[in-house]
Amino acid sequence: MADMRVNIAGVEFKNPVITASGTFGYGREYEHFFPLSKLGGISTKGTTAEKRNGNLAPRIAETPSGILNSVGLQNPGIDKFIKVELPNLKSKGTVIIANIAGFSVDEYVKICEKLDATNVDMIEINISCPNVKHGGAAFGTSCQSAAEVTKAVRAATKKPIIIKLSPNVTDITEIAKAVEAEGADAVSLINTLLGMRIDINSRRPILKNNVGGLSGAAVFPVALRMVWQTANAVKIPVIGMGGISTWEDGIEMMLAGASAIQVGAALFKNPFAAVEIIDGMNAYLDRKGIKSVNEIVKKVQPW
Amino acid sequence: MKYVQGKYPIIAKTTLAREVYDFTVCCPKIARAAEPGQFVTIAADGFPLRRPVSLCGIDKENGTIRLVFEVRGKGTKEISGLREGDMIDIIAPLGRGFRLKDYKTAILVGGGIGTPPMVPLAKIYGENCVAISGFRSAPNVILQEDFKATGAKTVLCTDDGTMGRKGFVTEALREEIEIKKPDIIFACGPSPMIKGVVDIAKEHGIPSQISLEERMGCGIGACLVCACRTVRNGEEFYAHVCQDGPVFESKDVIF
Ligand SMILES: Cc1cc2nc3c(=O)[nH]c(=O)nc-3n(C[C@H](O)[C@H](O)[C@H](O)COP(=O)(O)OP(=O)(O)OC[C@H]3O[C@@H](n4cnc5c(N)ncnc54)[C@H](O)[C@@H]3O)c2cc1C
Ligand SMILES: Cc1cc2nc3c(=O)[nH]c(=O)nc-3n(C[C@H](O)[C@H](O)[C@H](O)COP(=O)(O)O)c2cc1C
Ligand code: FES
Repeated sequence: MADMRVNIAGVEFKNPVITASGTFGYGREYEHFFPLSKLGGISTKGTTAEKRNGNLAPRIAETPSGILNSVGLQNPGIDKFIKVELPNLKSKGTVIIANIAGFSVDEYVKICEKLDATNVDMIEINISCPNVKHGGAAFGTSCQSAAEVTKAVRAATKKPIIIKLSPNVTDITEIAKAVEAEGADAVSLINTLLGMRIDINSRRPILKNNVGGLSGAAVFPVALRMVWQTANAVKIPVIGMGGISTWEDGIEMMLAGASAIQVGAALFKNPFAAVEIIDGMNAYLDRKGIKSVNEIVKKVQPW
Repeated sequence: MKYVQGKYPIIAKTTLAREVYDFTVCCPKIARAAEPGQFVTIAADGFPLRRPVSLCGIDKENGTIRLVFEVRGKGTKEISGLREGDMIDIIAPLGRGFRLKDYKTAILVGGGIGTPPMVPLAKIYGENCVAISGFRSAPNVILQEDFKATGAKTVLCTDDGTMGRKGFVTEALREEIEIKKPDIIFACGPSPMIKGVVDIAKEHGIPSQISLEERMGCGIGACLVCACRTVRNGEEFYAHVCQDGPVFESKDVIF
């Protein structure tokens, strides 16, 4: 058994595999399949200051090897999260990352202040949700607003902060550098890529929101490239995600520079995807005689 | 047990109509836990999302479930290629089924490929229910023998009158209510049909439960994509078809 432990911003994970925000709820549903303690960590459903219903359905469409979603941040609000979900999650023996989103800098700050008073392990700041108007992605698509949010949340909490980056930008490394400069402890990427599907019979977009975020295997090569570029541009740890479906993908993502990885859409087809990835990566390290998973991080040898 | 994921053998496969398939799957644990109105999600080789299909039969003694589905697109086409003896990858049993409470008599209304989930209800209610089904045309008609075998009164409607009576299920529903007002109406089918049934039920002060469809991701309540507008505690709330449904009390649903 290889040593699968990784450390991100002072937080120890028993293995580098985290379930991605929005695909795993608050853990309750997948717990019927496997104990949550098997996971390195859980990034919870994006939570906002107030409860939200999100967008109208349909909120999902299938694409070649991928999916589009337009949930629009449905969640019970931060107070209920802290009161009901967090205590339950914290009893599960895995790292809990609270994923949050806001519609103004003040809202991000308010949520972080509330989380600062809890025992949550880390906060993932979503500045990249493509599914809500105003805010969300808007913060993640300019260096200036990304830096502004980071600076404000940095001042609001001592918890380790992960800034979740949008791929819907010209140069993701510029945004990563901007948030690093303002005190982000880590960056995670990628959030979903904006996409669309149309029903050719009704001539209507399949998603009621018309457009939505693409994830799943289809985005993996794009995510891998962005993680590689970002890992070469910043010194803080990079958490890689986007289309990871197999343990081979997980190894590739870590070779590209990810210190940990997140698994999302792959869970829909195979609810055991994350745990199978942990086991598969471990077996790979053993076969290669590699003692610690940290040894493969950023070990791609570019031409 | 809540739900499990696994690969189970298809022990019988038949064709009920053009592009409508009937699988019997051996999965004793699932059969034991399953209730009418619940569904399964089927993995289709090469597709990122599972396909939801209702339980058309639950045989707890023999440990089997029955899945009846129509080929609509590429995923169901792929699944229809499975043969007797092949393994089918399912997550089941999922969702909340019909709430039978102490309803003693029922009218079941099924439209098209919405008829399969009515069969387990007919098995329970037998002579104490009327099973109304509607289809486009004679070649689309399915499951009538199954309803008859339960002892239920069966009423068949086709849009073009090529089999059974000509017309919509809503007309037949009005007539059956005139003959005998049931304690409850259960319905599944295309949305205009459901809407029609719910309106008639309301007019007569009869409670109704409806099985709804929505596009799904996880199928277990984690990803929140399968939203359905409902009223909960007097407030608008987006419930989730895979977890809070697929069966809803019509009074809670905002159409
Ligand atoms: C709770 C529930 C129970 C169902 N029970 C049955 C049943 O017993 N028999 C039956 O024939 N059909 C049933 N359906 C409908 C069935 O799920 C769809 O016809 C099927 O998913 C279409 O997949 P496809 O690959 O043929 O189509 P595609 O168009 O290729 O599908 C693309 C995507 O859209 C989704 N999708 C397309 N149409 C629907 C739909 N009407 N509802 C939900 N998702 C859809 C697919 O699942 C897939 O993710 C049920 C749906 C739900 C939600
Ligand atoms: C249904 C769905 C809901 C999501 N909701 C959120 C969210 O609330 N907050 C967030 O930061 N990312 C959200 N995401 C993005 C994922 O966390 C992840 O970044 C993206 O899906 C890429 O990973 P994947 O290809 O493994 O799914 C969501 C993704 C999906 C599919
Ligand atoms: S399909 Fe994921 S919540 Fe219903």
